[in-house]
Amino acid sequence: MDRVKRTLAPYLLVLPGGLWLLLFFAVPMATMLSLSLQEGDIVNGFVFTGHWQNYTESLADYQTQLIRSLVYGAVTSIVLIALSFPVAYWIAFYGGKRKATYLFLIMLPFFVSFVLRTISWRMLLTDDGVLFHPLKEAGLLPDDFQVLGTSTAVVAGLVYSFLPFMVLPIYVALERIDPRVVEAARDLYASPMTSFRKVVFPLALPGVFAGVLMTFVPASSDYVNSELLGSSETTMIGQVIQAKFLQNSDYPSASALSFTLMAVLLIGVFTYARALGTEDVMKVAAR
Amino acid sequence: MSALRINGARVLHAYTWLLIAWLILPIGVMILFGFNDPSGRYNQTWQGFTLKWYRDVFALDALTDALVVSLLIAVLTALIAGALGTGIGYALGRFRFRGSGGLNLLMFAAISSPELVMGSSLLSMFVSVGISPGVTTITIAHVMFSVSFVAIVVRARVMTLDRSLEEAAADLGASGWTTFWKVIFPIILPAVMSGVMLAFALSIDDFVITNFTAGTTQTFPLWIWGATRVGLPPQVNVMGTMIFAAGVLFAVIANLRSRSKKG
Repeated sequence: MDRVKRTLAPYLLVLPGGLWLLLFFAVPMATMLSLSLQEGDIVNGFVFTGHWQNYTESLADYQTQLIRSLVYGAVTSIVLIALSFPVAYWIAFYGGKRKATYLFLIMLPFFVSFVLRTISWRMLLTDDGVLFHPLKEAGLLPDDFQVLGTSTAVVAGLVYSFLPFMVLPIYVALERIDPRVVEAARDLYASPMTSFRKVVFPLALPGVFAGVLMTFVPASSDYVNSELLGSSETTMIGQVIQAKFLQNSDYPSASALSFTLMAVLLIGVFTYARALGTEDVMKVAAR
Repeated sequence: MSALRINGARVLHAYTWLLIAWLILPIGVMILFGFNDPSGRYNQTWQGFTLKWYRDVFALDALTDALVVSLLIAVLTALIAGALGTGIGYALGRFRFRGSGGLNLLMFAAISSPELVMGSSLLSMFVSVGISPGVTTITIAHVMFSVSFVAIVVRARVMTLDRSLEEAAADLGASGWTTFWKVIFPIILPAVMSGVMLAFALSIDDFVITNFTAGTTQTFPLWIWGATRVGLPPQVNVMGTMIFAAGVLFAVIANLRSRSKKG
């Protein structure tokens, strides 16, 4: 009796949460896949056809936005690595007793709603806002200088939105490095540059990967930043999908686009994981 | 050589503060403009100091309602995801069982999928089944995306548990049920609480998935999104500041408490 209880225990514990994930994560994905293979409209209803034409048509229509989103996402991740690595490095190796405080400061934006943060950004970047107005008055910037509406503004917004997601995993990876390993490299006459390049950086790579995973996917599928900071020249695929779903009720082609985005991102992430060939990646990512 | 290293560290130190300043800048703007006294509809340029928005913070009914809805959903999410996530986390950390690999994969997929895709697929399902969106569908969605985070936090704590505690309780005649509630649960409670708080924070801040599952229901982030085009009232800044202050205060207190326990 007790043994039966023991073997059943994990299943009973997992059942409610597992079912919730199946019902509201896996089943919706399947529904959306089916919806993407249907035709019709909101008034007359949708019919399953099994044709892939929603995919080919919507891809033909919106490939510019899709590619643009992937490029923005990639640029965001690269800029984030460059910006975050020195900070993570400094906190991990020189933070001393105040490591937790610095990490807390890095995470402060999380305490403000994502939308509100982006709106604050827009206020800072407007043509005659707090940042540029004084500079223009002083003649340091030309009068027609403009950031809002450009791809720079959108990428800057994305970088701002996801920065903590890059700093934290790199910090975790660096923090785990045994200082004696670095000392050993120095004892073997490696210059600071060489020991960084050959010892520290490779050991930090799982963190960098986790950071890319945690920033590239949300950045390239984001629509808040491009909607608030961009223009029609910077439309991202997320805006297209959102409008098709919520304004046009064009569910089949919206589903097709949404699924394509997911597939492209998944393929990208897995290729990247294989290229780096590291098991650690998932472990760091799961932390 | 060593002087160079120390200078390098100084440069990095200064750079770290520069980056932190950049991160805090928009938050500062948000707080500052809660004290602004704008003449027109747009709260975008500094006009003068006032406290009236703090006095009239709940003067806009629609905004207040949206905030209340957000808080309600966040509390429900924290409770449900807290309970379900603790179950998963405990099982994964304590037992070896068939299907645990699949469950891990499912959780990993739910964490790393784009919010846009999860939100739109939920909408697809609700539309297909004919469920009209509202507070219930938002809560369902929020529990879905936060349950894995709770499970991971709890699992990490359960994995470091000393098995001999459980054996000692069994030797003293405690049943499995009693052992869990009297011995295990008090030990993992801090982890459960951080999971619950994480779920609360994820829920109250969520925009994308909520946008897809809300229908005409307004949450705090959705209301802000809708009001952006017509100009945000300063009350939004005040509420944002209050949520920010409460969050920071809570985190600091939790941190101090865990430190004093260790020390």
